[in-house]
Amino acid sequence: MTLRSSFDRRGFLRTTSAAALGTLAAPSILRAQDGPIILGHLTPHTGFLGPLGEYAVMAAELAVEEINAADGIDGRQLQLIKEDSVNPQTASTKAERMIGRDKVAAIIGEISSASALTIAQTVERGKTLFLNTGANSDALRGADCKRHMFHVETQNAMYVNAEGQHLLQSGLVEGKKWYVLTADYAFGHDLLAGAKAFLERNGGSIAGEDLVPTDATDFSSFMLKIRAAEPDLVALNLAGTQITSFFKQYGEFGLDFPVGGFGFDTAMAWAAGVQNFRGTWPCVWNHQIDTERSQAFTKAFTDKYGMPPENQAWGDYMAIQILAQAIRETKGTDAAAIIEYFEDPEAKFDMMKTREGYFNSENHQLLQEIYAITAVPAGDAENEWDIFTTSEPLPAPDQPLETLIADAVGGSCSFSA
Amino acid sequence: MSLFLFLSQLLNGLLDGFYYLLIAIGLSLIFSLGGIVNLAHGAFFAIGAYLAIALTPYTGFFGAVILVPLIVAGLGMIVERLLFTRFYRADPLYSLLLTFGLAMIIEQALRWSFGAAPLAYNMPELLRGQVFIGDFIYSRYRIFLITVAVLAVAALWLLLNRTAFGRIVRAGIQNPDVLGAMGISLRPYLSVVAGIGIGLAGLAGMLMAPIVPVHPAMGTEVLTAAFVVVVIGGLGSFWGVVLAAILVGVVKGFVIGINLPSWSLAAIYLLMFLVLLLRPRGLMGERILRFE
Repeated sequence: MTLRSSFDRRGFLRTTSAAALGTLAAPSILRAQDGPIILGHLTPHTGFLGPLGEYAVMAAELAVEEINAADGIDGRQLQLIKEDSVNPQTASTKAERMIGRDKVAAIIGEISSASALTIAQTVERGKTLFLNTGANSDALRGADCKRHMFHVETQNAMYVNAEGQHLLQSGLVEGKKWYVLTADYAFGHDLLAGAKAFLERNGGSIAGEDLVPTDATDFSSFMLKIRAAEPDLVALNLAGTQITSFFKQYGEFGLDFPVGGFGFDTAMAWAAGVQNFRGTWPCVWNHQIDTERSQAFTKAFTDKYGMPPENQAWGDYMAIQILAQAIRETKGTDAAAIIEYFEDPEAKFDMMKTREGYFNSENHQLLQEIYAITAVPAGDAENEWDIFTTSEPLPAPDQPLETLIADAVGGSCSFSA
Repeated sequence: MSLFLFLSQLLNGLLDGFYYLLIAIGLSLIFSLGGIVNLAHGAFFAIGAYLAIALTPYTGFFGAVILVPLIVAGLGMIVERLLFTRFYRADPLYSLLLTFGLAMIIEQALRWSFGAAPLAYNMPELLRGQVFIGDFIYSRYRIFLITVAVLAVAALWLLLNRTAFGRIVRAGIQNPDVLGAMGISLRPYLSVVAGIGIGLAGLAGMLMAPIVPVHPAMGTEVLTAAFVVVVIGGLGSFWGVVLAAILVGVVKGFVIGINLPSWSLAAIYLLMFLVLLLRPRGLMGERILRFE
């Protein structure tokens, strides 16, 4: 009641005219060249990928904090707008708002391949950059590729090739039967196609396969089926918390067929615990990599958050560093100029690994070394984080990085469409 | 797929039903007596899991199995006294908003105190591994889990049906005004019932911690399943919830048994949809004056 009585005609005019003036004034403020550079961070904070998204947010905050503490990018501070991408529809709506209302210089983040696709479509319309830090599907680098989308995260083919080498060496492919569990969405389907093609090329067969709903937490029914099928290898194309549920319940049911697979995040191994974690897994980065920059990042993150970073944290931290480098080099946030810079084979990036990385100009995949991690026996772990050991970088030093993306599924990429 | 595997999946589904039951029964109880739709039920489930992680180093696993539900029940009674009690006579919408907010506060509080990353929680070696029942393989831990669940639910049934306490609670569910007219104050009973219901959610969280990922939002996933069970079972009916929990488990097992695992979660909602179409008050829902 009080609201209505105090809100008379004059009050109304005052408020609306102030608002109208504000709207008129806004664009000039936003276009100011010396204002902060606004970055949109869009990634799942909830759902089965939420725990990974939390790492992503922490790392993005750390990256922005470090850059700002060093006087920003050419004197301009970074400002981070963080949103939960929730699902493909919401992701696209929020991306649109970041582009239209917040005028972000770029959108960074995402983990779900399904949401990454809708964000890519939105940024392509809005002519804004999108640095994908967590979605692996080959199709995003193939038939669904977009000129404004760049992939700091590895693509499925890189994992299939790296893990595949390990499985071949372990004699788990030729003439062997696999039981395959696959996350039932874009990422999993894509990975399943790649894994099956690999198995076929190398003379293995499928003993059984299941699509697992993304929010499933009970894997007991799959344990019964795996045991009945008696496979030579249980191959996982799972994602997010599914991986933790699988490990915990595989240990719970006391099954001991070898386990391996193509989709993996170290945080999910930590959540499964040393009692349950086993096997050898591909990994874009881990905290044990013995380079100066990796160890510096691990220390900065651990000092701030009390736990080491995992591969998703690395992805979002790295993407902001790469973008900062591009803004410095191109002297601005113009998307077209940054795309040209990224596509230049001379543009190299320090990935905190042994070799520098660079973008493949044909599909915008950042080519870089990857690693394989192997679980240590339960008694040998020194703490709850070092429950695995890391391999040397893959591929071997004499092999070009391009070998990792050979045999990718998901169609061919054309930016003209 | 062999007949044996199909039957295994049905049996596995049936056993799954018991932990749905553990979560749903408390939700149903609190709603039946006070009319509060406790959207924070899942959050208390998460508290149970985190408390298990915090207490186990001091009490051991089995100590935590006993202590965690008691502590969560205590928390539940405090929440009832401070919050629920103001909303018993109000429009159910208010209690929905209240418990929705409470769920968010609890989730964020867990994130603050334990961090956002999922945590590991080991089970005692004693309970790890498989057992054979004939040719049917099952996890030793789940047999323990189901035993505890059945004991807890049986104790609750005895309490509600064989004691003076239970008679008053049941009377309170049917008609609180008449109970008041007879000079019996329902208030202390409401507190205890909220404590029991929420304590059972804590017990469920504690028991699930070794086999599912423990993260701050873990309660949300469980809450949906619990609601489906309560809706299918029908309000105010103890056996309705039991039947519904088992039915949900069996339907899930059946769908996996006929080799459609990607439909297993959808099938549960389809079941709820069918039940609501054919029998809107649930399988064994009673007509309760207050809710008509």
